[in-house]
Amino acid sequence: MADKLPPKQRTKIPRQAMPEQPALERARNFAEVNLGLDAAVAEKEAQRCLTCADPKCSHGCPVGVQVREVVDLVRDGDYLRAAAKLREDNVLPAVTGRVCPQENQCEGACILGKRFAPLAIGHIERFVADYERATGEIGLPEPASPTGKKVAVVGSGPAGLSCAGDLTLKGHEVTVMEALHELGGVLVYGIPEFRLPKEIVRNEIENMRKMGVNFETNVVVGKSVTIDQLMNDEGYDAVFIATGAGLPKFLNLPGEHLGGVYSANEFLTRVNLMKAYDPEHYDSPVYTCRDADVVVIGGGNTAMDAVRSALRLGAKSASIIYRRGEAEMPARKEEQHHARDEGVTFLTMHNPLQFLGNDQGLLTGVEVQQMELGEPDGSGRARPIPIAGSEKVVPASVAIVAVGTGANPLVQSSTPEINTNKWGYIQADDDNLRTSKRGVFAGGDIVSGAATVILAMGAGRTAAASIHEYLTTGDWPTAE
Amino acid sequence: MYRILEARFLAPDVKLLRLEAPRVAKMRQPGQFVIVRVHDQGERIPLTIADSDPETGSVTIVVQGVGKTTKMINQLDEGDALLDVVGPLGAASEVEDFGTSVVIGGGVGTAIAYPTAVAMKQAGNHVISILGARNRQLVILEEEVRATSDELFVMTDDGSGGEQGFVTTKLQQLLDDKREINHVLAIGPVPMMKAVAEVTRPAGIPTVVSLNPIMVDGTGMCGGCRVLVGGETKFACVDGPEFDAHLVDFETLVQRNRMYRDQERAGLCQLEMAHPKVGPQHHP
Ligand SMILES: Cc1cc2nc3c(=O)[nH]c(=O)nc-3n(C[C@H](O)[C@H](O)[C@H](O)COP(=O)(O)OP(=O)(O)OC[C@H]3O[C@@H](n4cnc5c(N)ncnc54)[C@H](O)[C@@H]3O)c2cc1C
Ligand SMILES: Cc1cc2nc3c(=O)[nH]c(=O)nc-3n(C[C@H](O)[C@H](O)[C@H](O)COP(=O)(O)OP(=O)(O)OC[C@H]3O[C@@H](n4cnc5c(N)ncnc54)[C@H](O)[C@@H]3O)c2cc1C
Ligand code: SF4
Ligand code: SF4
Ligand code: FES
Repeated sequence: MADKLPPKQRTKIPRQAMPEQPALERARNFAEVNLGLDAAVAEKEAQRCLTCADPKCSHGCPVGVQVREVVDLVRDGDYLRAAAKLREDNVLPAVTGRVCPQENQCEGACILGKRFAPLAIGHIERFVADYERATGEIGLPEPASPTGKKVAVVGSGPAGLSCAGDLTLKGHEVTVMEALHELGGVLVYGIPEFRLPKEIVRNEIENMRKMGVNFETNVVVGKSVTIDQLMNDEGYDAVFIATGAGLPKFLNLPGEHLGGVYSANEFLTRVNLMKAYDPEHYDSPVYTCRDADVVVIGGGNTAMDAVRSALRLGAKSASIIYRRGEAEMPARKEEQHHARDEGVTFLTMHNPLQFLGNDQGLLTGVEVQQMELGEPDGSGRARPIPIAGSEKVVPASVAIVAVGTGANPLVQSSTPEINTNKWGYIQADDDNLRTSKRGVFAGGDIVSGAATVILAMGAGRTAAASIHEYLTTGDWPTAE
Repeated sequence: MYRILEARFLAPDVKLLRLEAPRVAKMRQPGQFVIVRVHDQGERIPLTIADSDPETGSVTIVVQGVGKTTKMINQLDEGDALLDVVGPLGAASEVEDFGTSVVIGGGVGTAIAYPTAVAMKQAGNHVISILGARNRQLVILEEEVRATSDELFVMTDDGSGGEQGFVTTKLQQLLDDKREINHVLAIGPVPMMKAVAEVTRPAGIPTVVSLNPIMVDGTGMCGGCRVLVGGETKFACVDGPEFDAHLVDFETLVQRNRMYRDQERAGLCQLEMAHPKVGPQHHP
């Protein structure tokens, strides 16, 4: 237990660095990059917190994690109580501590950041969650007595999991239905092992099983069973749709059908879910990256994950092609730094024009064009404009398109009563996540469009509260 | 786990398996498929649902052993199980009373075409079925198809069964004989489907083929199954697998399916080394 220092001294402590695998070593393996803080370092970092009367950090967190209280407990060395405090608002702290874009959320709001480096809230959160897991003493709350109500949750990503957890605690019988053979959504098929070990996700799911959540894999709702059948034939009283934004967007450029051109979803699914990084033991390969030139088009987290995976699969060169500047990239800053340190090349201010191939139908290169920034566009970001005559060919035998995802229409098209917006996302009330169909709620990426783990989790919890209210009152107010 | 209720060879390397998969059995329509995984380290592969029985909750698949996973499936027997079976996936075949409908099955494509032939017959069509194979031994489901067809022609490359020639030889003959044909469904190897498309194109006969790109999830999530149809990108797992034969870019399909050839060969070698019995010589 450490004493509280006077504020002046607290700000003298530098932000504690996260130990990581050496860049060139980790660039060739799939083990986690960040190694985690040890207790002494975590306590020292916690010392930096100013224990603000009005903690801006909590306002910056989409689910309002009580950062100040958690950090206080860490400084006192009471890690298990810190974990319990964290879990009051965040059911997947080991995940969010690793993948939240903290710089735009809690840490972005932290008052320390005005003059010094913000508190390393994500790293502390991860420390606490990992400590709790290592002790095996996860304070699983006792579910309330059974209510006799049944809820189906469609999709097992962060939105579905958090909703299922909360509803089970309220005593409802919950079954999560997942299209794939493994549970966890993007956490298992998208975000790679080196950023989020799958063991952590599996562990959280195991905890949920212990709490009484039921899971059914290999069920594509809309195909294997419809929402109407769930409600009319299988006796579900409510349904929560959390199917994510999993439809890959392509560029619709010439040559996109060539062998070696992937969507990021396919590439990452092959690598993460189907374990293409272990070809000796697993049967789903990716087209060979070893000694190959690999380019990834895009600047988000998905693009960083793809390019760094390619590097780990033995790529000779791994480059990002992005049509704006590095500052405009939506990826977490930490991932951009990690990627650069590992040897990823950034070809910013460039846009692809076409994919070039050989007579075998295999990719040989990508023709790109240089861009310059013009006036801000609708999103407030400067609009990239092509520079005439700047075309050139970047050689590549693998190209990964990571330019965003859309709404998968399977559920909506089989349940026309559920209203969608013009992009195909489900319309749900902001406050209670009710859809236009009685008893059906929706949240996470399938409502917001591709967003973040913590927002999806927040939506899952909002939905759980709203579903609980519906199941206890039976009220379904129609819009005035 | 999805238990295997019945398993028997229909031809060398072609095995029929009936699986316990109640949700799939209840929802399935002709033209749809499942994606299966045999074991924890295996790949996910698509297989058409040849038949289903909602009462017993079972679906039938017919599998041709061409590579590691399909050969592994063909080693399984009644009482064994598949790790994962998900479906039914894909769009259902468009079935209506077209008048005279020709259903063409090449090799294991017959198993894929069979359920649609049944549906066509039930919809009131005059069904002419043409089955093609390299030789007599490789003709599968002949009796089943005969029972649902008004006319049946069997074509073999070597003339060891039915008539000697390709399925397109027969189709051309029917056209030359001025038989009225209102609809053609052709399922089999890509060169066969392409040839059928070329036979019916001049006559302008609506023709449907079932495409077999490499798939991963089968739900529209990966885009690996994309095919070019009429110059547009389509995902075969959700928009297909059946498409208008006259609009399909077969060349791109063939090229995309070749992409993993080296890795597939390596996988098969691995399997054959581990289980020397696997391979074409392993027949009942
Ligand atoms: C590569 C990648 C990296 C990312 N990195 C970060 C990051 O660092 N930080 C961050 O905060 N966010 C990140 N994100 C975004 C974040 O992962 C998502 O916003 C979040 O997972 C959305 O959660 P969700 O529960 O709404 O949906 P998902 O996680 O997408 O889960 C949806 C689940 O529903 C299943 N499903 C879909 N349709 C059906 C159906 N019809 N029937 C049954 N099941 C169905 C899907 O298979 C899937 O498992 C990343 C996303 C990707 C793709
Ligand atoms: C919608 C759909 C329905 C199908 N239905 C059936 C069916 O009912 N019965 C059946 O036996 N097969 C069917 N197939 C083909 C089957 O999925 C492939 O044979 C299987 O994936 C091959 O896997 P493997 O590991 O055994 O062989 P691999 O080692 O992966 O490949 C061996 C050989 O098969 C070729 N091949 C690989 N993938 C495919 C593919 N998707 N389609 C065609 N050839 C491929 C390769 O080029 C290679 O020459 C279907 C395919 C699709 C897309
Ligand atoms: S959940 Fe995310 S945003 Fe909230 S405090 Fe934790 S790391 Fe920060
Ligand atoms: S805003 Fe920063 S300094 Fe203030 S309580 Fe939160 S973490 Fe501590
Ligand atoms: S198989 Fe993945 S989108 Fe069709």
